[in-house]
Formats: sequence, C-alpha cells, structure tokens
Amino acid sequence: MRLRFLPIAAFLGFVFLYGPILSLVIFSFNESKLVTVWGGFSTKWYVELFQNQQIMNAAWLSLKIAAISASVATVLGTMISMVLTRFGRVRGRAIMTGMITAPLVMPEVITGLSLLLLFVTMERLFGWPAGRGVTTILIAHITFSMAFVAVVVQSRLSDMDNAIEEAALDLGASPLRVFFDITLPMIAPALIAGWLLAFTLSLDDLVIASFVSGPGSSTLPIVIFSKVRLGVSPDINALASLIILVVSLGIITAAILMRKGARK
Amino acid sequence: MNKPDIAAETKPWRQDGVKPFVRISNVTKKFGDLAAVNDVSLDIFKGELFCLLGGSGCGKSTLLRMLAGFETPTSGKIEIDGQDMASVAANQRPTNMMFQSYALFPHMSVEKNVIYGLLREGVAKAEANDRVADMLRLVKLDGFAKRKPHQLSGGQQQRVALARSLIKQPKLLLLDEPLGALDKKLREETQFELIKIQEDLGVTFIVVTHDQEEAMTLSTRIGVMDAGKIEQVGEPRQIYETPNSKYVADFIGSVNVFDASVEIAAPDMMRVQSAIGPILTEPMAGLTANQTVHIAVRPERIHLSRDPAKAVNSMQGVVQEVAYLGNISVFHVLLDGGRMVKVSAANSLHDDNPITWDETVYVSWNAAASTVLTR
Amino acid sequence: MKKRQINLGRGFVIAVPTLWLLLFFLIPFLVILKISFAEPRIAIPPYSPLWETVNGAIKFNINWENYAYMWEDSLYLKAFLNSLKIAFFSTILALLVGYPMAYYIARSPEPKRSILLLLIVLPFWTSFLLRVYAWIGILKTKGILNEFLLWIGIIDEPLIMMQTDFAVYVAIVYTYLPFMILPLYANLVKLDGRLLEASTDLGASKIATFFRITLPLSWPGVLAGSMLVFVPVIGEFVIPTLMGGPDSLMIGKQLWTEFFSNRDWPVASAVAMVMLVIMVIPIMALRSAQNKGAEI
Repeated sequence: MRLRFLPIAAFLGFVFLYGPILSLVIFSFNESKLVTVWGGFSTKWYVELFQNQQIMNAAWLSLKIAAISASVATVLGTMISMVLTRFGRVRGRAIMTGMITAPLVMPEVITGLSLLLLFVTMERLFGWPAGRGVTTILIAHITFSMAFVAVVVQSRLSDMDNAIEEAALDLGASPLRVFFDITLPMIAPALIAGWLLAFTLSLDDLVIASFVSGPGSSTLPIVIFSKVRLGVSPDINALASLIILVVSLGIITAAILMRKGARK
Repeated sequence: MNKPDIAAETKPWRQDGVKPFVRISNVTKKFGDLAAVNDVSLDIFKGELFCLLGGSGCGKSTLLRMLAGFETPTSGKIEIDGQDMASVAANQRPTNMMFQSYALFPHMSVEKNVIYGLLREGVAKAEANDRVADMLRLVKLDGFAKRKPHQLSGGQQQRVALARSLIKQPKLLLLDEPLGALDKKLREETQFELIKIQEDLGVTFIVVTHDQEEAMTLSTRIGVMDAGKIEQVGEPRQIYETPNSKYVADFIGSVNVFDASVEIAAPDMMRVQSAIGPILTEPMAGLTANQTVHIAVRPERIHLSRDPAKAVNSMQGVVQEVAYLGNISVFHVLLDGGRMVKVSAANSLHDDNPITWDETVYVSWNAAASTVLTR
Repeated sequence: MKKRQINLGRGFVIAVPTLWLLLFFLIPFLVILKISFAEPRIAIPPYSPLWETVNGAIKFNINWENYAYMWEDSLYLKAFLNSLKIAFFSTILALLVGYPMAYYIARSPEPKRSILLLLIVLPFWTSFLLRVYAWIGILKTKGILNEFLLWIGIIDEPLIMMQTDFAVYVAIVYTYLPFMILPLYANLVKLDGRLLEASTDLGASKIATFFRITLPLSWPGVLAGSMLVFVPVIGEFVIPTLMGGPDSLMIGKQLWTEFFSNRDWPVASAVAMVMLVIMVIPIMALRSAQNKGAEI
C-alpha cells in the first residue's frame, strides 16, 4: 500500500501536540523524584501537592481573580460589542474598534509595563490604587480579556439577524427589555464561550500579573514560574495533570452539550 | 359581523377633503451623502392596502423602516392618524411590522411569539391567551401553538409572523416583502388570504414588494419608486394603462417603447416620427412639434396577422421567436426597419395553423392602444 | 419610555466601556511615552518629572538619552534583531507543521473533523506555562528524549538541548501551533471541493492542484495565522527565559530585565515604545495585503 503524505503529517503533528502532555501525566505518577527516571507507580506527588500551602493559596487566589475578572470583562465586552454592532454610526467608533483589537496582539510585557506605570502615576496623583495587589491584577485582567470577549460576542451579534430585535421593539418592548428578552438568550453561547476564554486567559497569565502584583498577591502562574525556574519538580507534574483533566472534562462536556443543542 | 368600510370600495383618494391616515411630507433620508429616500410626499388613507413597488435599493424599505421608527428621517415629517411621529420611539408607535425574514424569536414557541406584543402592552394573561388562540385560528395555525419556529414550514412561519404583527390590532401594518420567501404557488394562494384578512380586520396595510404582479393583485393603490423618489401613485389599472414615465411603463409588465419626436400635435390628431416610421396616437395636450417623446405599446395591444390590417399603425416583419406559455404565446417580430417588437396573443384551441417561426406577418395597433410618455 | 430616556441608556452603554478602555488602555501608553523621555533617578518613583515649575515658569526636561542609549549599546539592537529572526523562523516552522494538519482536518468528514478540531483547541485551554514546562522534562540533559536516544543507541552521550535556540524554537512552535492551525482551518474548510475536482478534471496532478489552486486560495488564512504567531512571538518573555541560554537575547526578556533587575524604568519604557513601532509594521503590512485581497 502506498503511504500517503497528508495523514502521516497530520498524525505526526498530533503526536507532537500530545506527546509532551502525555509525558507530563505519566511522570506525575512516578515514585522517583528524578522526574524522568521511572521509579514505580505512586500518587505521593498528588498528596504533596495538596499539602503545599503556597500552591494551594495561589491556586485559590487565581481562581477568584479569574472568576471576577471574567465576569466583569464579559459585561464590558458585551456592552462594547453591542455599541459596535447595534448602535449605528457612533462618534469615536474607529478609536473603539482600535482599542479592542490592539490588546489582542499587544505583547504582554508592554501591557504589564504600561499598566504598572499607570498605577504608579495614579497612586502619586490621587492616592489610588494604594499599592499593588489583587485590585490592580483584576483591573489588568479585565482590560486585556474584555477585548477577547468582545471579539467572540461581536462575531455572534453580527451573524444574528437584526430584524429579530427590531421585531421585539416593534411589538412594544423597551430597548432594555429587548436586550434581556431576545438578544441575551440568543447570544448566550457566545457569552459563555467569552467568559470561559477570559477565565482561562486570567488563570494563565504570568507576565502581566508579575508587573502589577504586589507582595502577598502571588497568583498560581507566578508561583509555578518561580518553581520551574529552579528546575523540574514532580508536584508540578501532578498539578499539570489535574489541570489537564479538569480542562478536558470541561471541553468534552461543552462539546457534547453543543452537539445536542445543535441537533435540537 | 359587519364588514368595516373597505377602502377598495369607497376609494377615498378619489374624493376631495378626506383626511389621509398616513401623511408623509417631504421626507428625505440620507446615509452619508447618499439619499436613500429623496423628498417623498405621500398620503395613504384608512383601510387601504397600499403597495410600495420598486427594484432593490429604490428606497422602499427605508421608507417603511421610517414609518416603523427604525430609521429617523433626515428631514421632513411623518404623521400617522394626525400625530407627528418625530418624537415617538419605535416601541411606542401605533404600527406593527411584518419582516421579510419573518424575524421570529427562535427561542420561543409560536404561542410565545404571538403573545409577546400583548404582554408588553400590559394585557392580562387570560385575555391575552384568548386573543392568541383566536388569532392562531384566523391564520389556521391552531394546533401549532407549542411548536418552535424551526419546526415549521416556510408558509407556516410566514403566518406566525403575520399573526404576531396583527395581534396588537395596530392601526397600521407594515409588511416588508411578506410573500418574498414563499414559492410561486404558495405565494399566489397566500395573496388572496392576505387580502381577506386585511378586509376582515379593516387594518391599513402598507406592503413593500419588488414583484409587480403581487402589487397588482394585492393593492388598492401602488406607489412606484425609483432612486429614492416616487415615480407614480395610482390604482393598479391606472399604473398599467396610463403610466406617466418610461420607467413605470417598463417596470410594470412587458412593454414596447419607441423613442420618437412629435410631428403633428393637433387637438384632433397626433403623429410622431420614430425609428420604425410614423406612429399615430391619441392627441395629448401640451406637446409641441419636435419634442422628444416615448411611445409605449403593450404586447397584448398589438395585433398579429398574416394579411395587412386596417388599423392606423401597421408594419411588416418576420417572426424570430415564438414562446408558448399555455394561455398565450409571445412572439418576437423583427420589423423591416430592424427593430424587434414583442407581441402576445391568446391561444385558441381550434387554431390548426398558428403563426410560427420565419413567417412574414403584419403587426398593427390602434391610436388608442399606445401611450405617449414625455419622460 | 421616551426617546430621551433611550438616549440616556445608549449613552451609558457607550460611556462605560469607552471610559474603561481610555483609562486603562490608551492613557497607559501616554504614560510610557512620557517616562521614556525621563531620566532615571534613585528615588520613588525612579525617574525625573517631564516638566517642573521653576519660579512659576514651566520647564520641560525632554531627554533623548534613553533612545540614544539603546542605539549605542549593541545589546538592544541585537535583541531586537534576534527577536525578529526567531519570530520569523518559528512562523515558517509553525506553518510547515500546521498547514498539513489544518488541511487534513478540513478535508475530514464529520464527526471526525469536529473531534480533531477539539484536539487542536484543547491544549490551548490548558496552562501555557505548564506546556512549556513539559518540554523541559523532555529536552534536558537527563530528559526523556536523551534517555530514549541513548537507549536505542543513536547517541553515546546526552545531547545538550536545553538553553539553546533549538529549545526556544521547539517550545514556541509547540505553544503557538493552534494559533496557526485555527485560521488556516477556517480558510481551508471553506474551500470549494468542486474547484479541486475541476482542476483534476482539467488534467492537473494532485501536486499541481495543490500549488496552483489550494495554496493561492488559502493565502488569507496563511497570512492571518502567520501574523498570530509572528507578532506575539516578538514580545515573548516566558519561553526565552525558561528554555533559552543566557545569550539567547529576546527583546521581551530584555525589557523585563531592564525593569525588574536594573530598575531602569525610563529605558524599559523606551524599549517598549520601539517594540510597539516594530510591531505596527507587520500589522500594517497585513492590513494592506488584506485590502489588496479584498479588491481582487
């Protein structure tokens, strides 16, 4: 049989994508502390992970920050997509479009630096925000993730037939009512996708958080980064495996739900 | 049940001093530099079924959306039932609209779609339910109340949209290409249903359409639009028989138009010179010699024969094309001067020897068969 | 509800996100611009004010030193050039790996297509940092790859792969691959299969069809994917820091060092300004290429 190029190339690509992830998971069950030498099956690194107070605190803080910033970013991102798709000719539209597309390609080091310098300047002029910490991380995460939410929601809104909202308005609903009765249910999948994206981006962010965090507000990526810089450590493998498990379950559930929804 | 006065019978536009129900005065709508609607004035009377007819981009939909309140006129005034609409938001207007895409709420059942407007008005739930049931019966959708829009056929969706827009008993119903998404057969059936519902309820309808046949069937009067302006307003027969411009004559039905210049314009006789020779027409006031005019002749007004005809306008030609359409046949005849003329003739069951390709024939028409157009 | 109330509501919806973005996105750049013209000082904050009032008159201290310093110290120029080089070659590599994958997925029947697509997206939702970390375990001297190669006998002693440009390239291609594949897929899936049939029907070989039909038509996807890899890689910090050696200079890492280690805020700001300018160029080029495409 003649071997064909395309399936082989695609197969190797998937091996490249999943090999490292698989190795992370396998060696999280390794007895030996030397991450890459197999010393027998063990779950002790998972136990150790849950006993590591520093990691647990950072994880909890990161989850809280991610949940709050994703929620605020979803509200703000939805507002801006409504303005850009439904409000017709608004003055300053070009600037708004620019301000929500620029963060998508902005290097994190620049975003982090610019926000830190802003916070320092503001503190000097107005006394707020006092020092760096959870508040400043929240502001930073909301700012860069609302752009991603806006892109997701905006594409859904522009696919949607304007006339459906006009019909509700025509039948006597106020614009606010139209939004909650008609627009919101119809863009709900996009809002969920946008929220999850914002949540993940916040949970994943190392660089911006490093700039704008202060003492006592170390997020999970900051803690992992400082550990990883010193070399590999099996409890990080355990953490990675847990994250992969949770994410995979979440994504597969979402995919199944969406297929069901589409079939209905 | 007493039928309300039907505008189709009383014809209020023919009388002086009747107050129009909708008055559009000098309305212009600009998008940037482009005027989608350009200085339009139009009166529409209570109980009318008025059609705005025109090609795509002629401004008919924009005019409809200004009546609904989705667009604000750049200048001019819109009054409905004597009230200026300038400061009335779309959700406060005494109008409802049926959308071209139907715009049914996809996440709500048929019932929920139809009741939506009543609940926004503050009608009590029990009464609203009764009215919805009545309305669904009217549009023959009882039994479909719990279905979602995507579980319905195109024709059923169309009737849900109609029911939803009628449930609030609007003074004025705006319909944007209401039959545009239906196939030809269903469309013809639905046209008459629509007229029946309109006459039963006595609501004033303004229909936007690009389909001239639909406009002719439905309307009490037609407003033909082109490039943001109203070209002509009139009853279907008026528009067809006495179009006021080359554009309208060409847009409504099929027509032969000959460019010509006036030769004799006397009170009792008129003759023009055209590329196919001299043409005699009915006299028309206000024309002077050498003025450029267009002569419009409908294909069914032209007589086709193998022998020379007695009519005042008669020319010889050769049949180039014959299209058999069942009830009629359409002929393309190449005249000796090199111009093609369209002629249609009713088919007869007993005609054993119909005129066919490459035959030499005479085309002829009376002076009264043509219309003289000055623009 | 009256029209006036509706306008108030509209104004609110417009104002809130706009003010947020102005305050936290636009103004910060003005602050960077301002500080890039200041002099470093050992104080809080560690830079000089841009203007001072001396005896009631405003005195400006515009200082070009930071930009001049970047030009004079070859370190910065090297870092910029190296960033562009690494971004360029990683983009090419990601394209070479990603194109066949995107094409294969786009040509797969449902539901295989959705599943494969899910497999592409899935790593993106897991931690970026941990995906880079996975490669440390594989590439280090006593890592999985070396152990494997020693075991099958291809090499006699471990290869030094960590802290080299090789490791940087591997990690970049690995983490940015989904950004290349997704726009390519979105483009290729829209490709009309009948065009390929038409080309074959007219006598073209499979390879000729690919180079004359598929590739030119997928050009917008190639451009979009390349931009999504090229632009962010220029400013990459985590990967060169974890995988690269001390001499693998990249400008994002340099900015970080300038700020955190040297505490030289004005120079860090100047580096950021130059980075911005460098990034605008490929984005503008993409815009004009897209506009050209739209004309065709």
